[in-house]
Amino acid sequence: MTAVLFQQVSRHFGTVRAVDSVDLAIAEGEFFAMLGPSGSGKTTCLRLMAGFEQPTSGHIEIFGETAEGVPPYRRNVNTVFQDYALFPHLSILENVAYGLMVKGVGKAERLKAAEEALAMVKLPGYGARRPGQLSGGQRQRVALARALVNRPRVLLLDEPLGALDLKLREQMQEELKSLQKSLGITFVFVTHDQGEALSMADRIAVFSDGRIQQLGTPEEVYKKPKTRFVADFVGSSNVLPPDFVRTLGFGDSYASLRPEAITLGDGLGRKNFAGRVVATSFLGAANRVTVEAAGARIAAMTPASIAPPALGETVTLSFLPEDLHPMDGAR
Amino acid sequence: MRSDRNTSAPLGLKIAAGLGLAFLHLPILLIFLYAFTTEEKSYQFPPPGYTLKWFAVTWNRPDVWEAMGLSVRVASISTAVALVLGTLCAAAVSRTKFFGRETISLLVILPIALPGIITGIALRSAFSFAEIPFSFWTIVLGHATFCVVVVYNNAVARFRRVSGSLIEASMDLGADSFQTFRYVILPNIGTALLAGGMLAFALSFDEVIVTTFTAGQQSTLPIWMLEELVRPRQRPVTNVVAMVVVLVTFLPILGAYYLTRDGDQVAGAGK
Repeated sequence: MTAVLFQQVSRHFGTVRAVDSVDLAIAEGEFFAMLGPSGSGKTTCLRLMAGFEQPTSGHIEIFGETAEGVPPYRRNVNTVFQDYALFPHLSILENVAYGLMVKGVGKAERLKAAEEALAMVKLPGYGARRPGQLSGGQRQRVALARALVNRPRVLLLDEPLGALDLKLREQMQEELKSLQKSLGITFVFVTHDQGEALSMADRIAVFSDGRIQQLGTPEEVYKKPKTRFVADFVGSSNVLPPDFVRTLGFGDSYASLRPEAITLGDGLGRKNFAGRVVATSFLGAANRVTVEAAGARIAAMTPASIAPPALGETVTLSFLPEDLHPMDGAR
Repeated sequence: MRSDRNTSAPLGLKIAAGLGLAFLHLPILLIFLYAFTTEEKSYQFPPPGYTLKWFAVTWNRPDVWEAMGLSVRVASISTAVALVLGTLCAAAVSRTKFFGRETISLLVILPIALPGIITGIALRSAFSFAEIPFSFWTIVLGHATFCVVVVYNNAVARFRRVSGSLIEASMDLGADSFQTFRYVILPNIGTALLAGGMLAFALSFDEVIVTTFTAGQQSTLPIWMLEELVRPRQRPVTNVVAMVVVLVTFLPILGAYYLTRDGDQVAGAGK
């Protein structure tokens, strides 16, 4: 079943088209990422799902029910806010129980449910504290518990890991993923971090200028970027100009080529080109070698076990033809 | 001329500061002192003798009770009106963006910046132009003009510190507008409203100028005192009433001061 459906949804603020004719179908139980730079419309899409924004035009359905005009408090959708938005005047337990309280659930029952939700996010016994006494990572977990205790059909997460430090972020990524698997709830999360989107999501929508540039699995988006924007934004793909692509024997369009698809030297069935080494850097597991070929700068990942070529040296590089992906869009 | 920057202020400055404070507060002590004097016609110093009889006399004067009752009712109702209107206005100005927002903010604050006499004359001519007879309600209206400002100023500062995502979070968790106000907004701005309300009450309770222009035949307590000063009969009664007024207005102001001082950590964002 389709959890969230967008049909030609637009949201304009004055002359700014924050969301521009977006079509989207998120399946039930899916872990869906909306990826893009700030101002790309991803957060507005999330707010349209939550009900904080209403579409200027288009149609939104949540589990088959029309969502436009339905206020946030009548949607079976909950949000984890970027700044967590915990109520400072309530204890942690009261924060988590808030959704049940306003729905009229009895005190004993809702406090028990809140305790269970806190245990689920690994914060048992923290109920008596105040939000101000918790660390950023703990507040994040409370915000998660406060949303999940309502058993939403869709959980929306707005840059959920943005404020956490690297180590905590990696840990939370795994926990979110396993939580989503065990609960079976549809998760929709917004991020500007491509690594986060690639590692967590079942499918990714890449946003730019209010439009979806590409929608696909992490592998598709990573390996076969459809547009130059996606190639640039998702990772560090080489964007080859049309002139260069033509000299390699392909069509007359921009094309993407991932650095790890390029090796030093030639081989059977591979396409090769010559380039002058302009930079090398050691990345731990690999070396990145940047060469200049036909006016384009092209990066290649080579194993760290092989010494990188010297600067200024002209080397032969090669790749398998299927790794080069022609892209849409004007040149 | 000073040889050492770390020494405290020179003696002369200390004396000047002390004299300044004494000038501000000694007259109030004199008011208290003359509430106990045995001399009832003039203020001679030192008082010829001391007595508590004026408290009993005051207690038995119906005109004091009448004026006091009127003042309490006017102050209570003006404060109530101000709490509702001031909160609504503060919510509109701090929570939403609309055309003319800054202008409205200025227009709301203006009555307290205007001299009371201007507000008074303006209201008086407006009332007579609209042929509204002077009554209890015209006094309340006059007082509400500056009470709203006090509540608004307190509430708007606190509203700005209540993060907008708290309200969205509440709605997201299933609370409608009323529940959100009751469970999230009110607890966060409550002390500010209480402080604003107390200040408004104190302001209204000792207001003279606007009242002079908007009252008909009735006398609020301050007006009653003013009238009492011109006739030299049982003068210490005025002093006893003055003591009561000081207490009634001073305590709320003190309360408001403590409430707003401690309210700082209440309303921070969830971050």
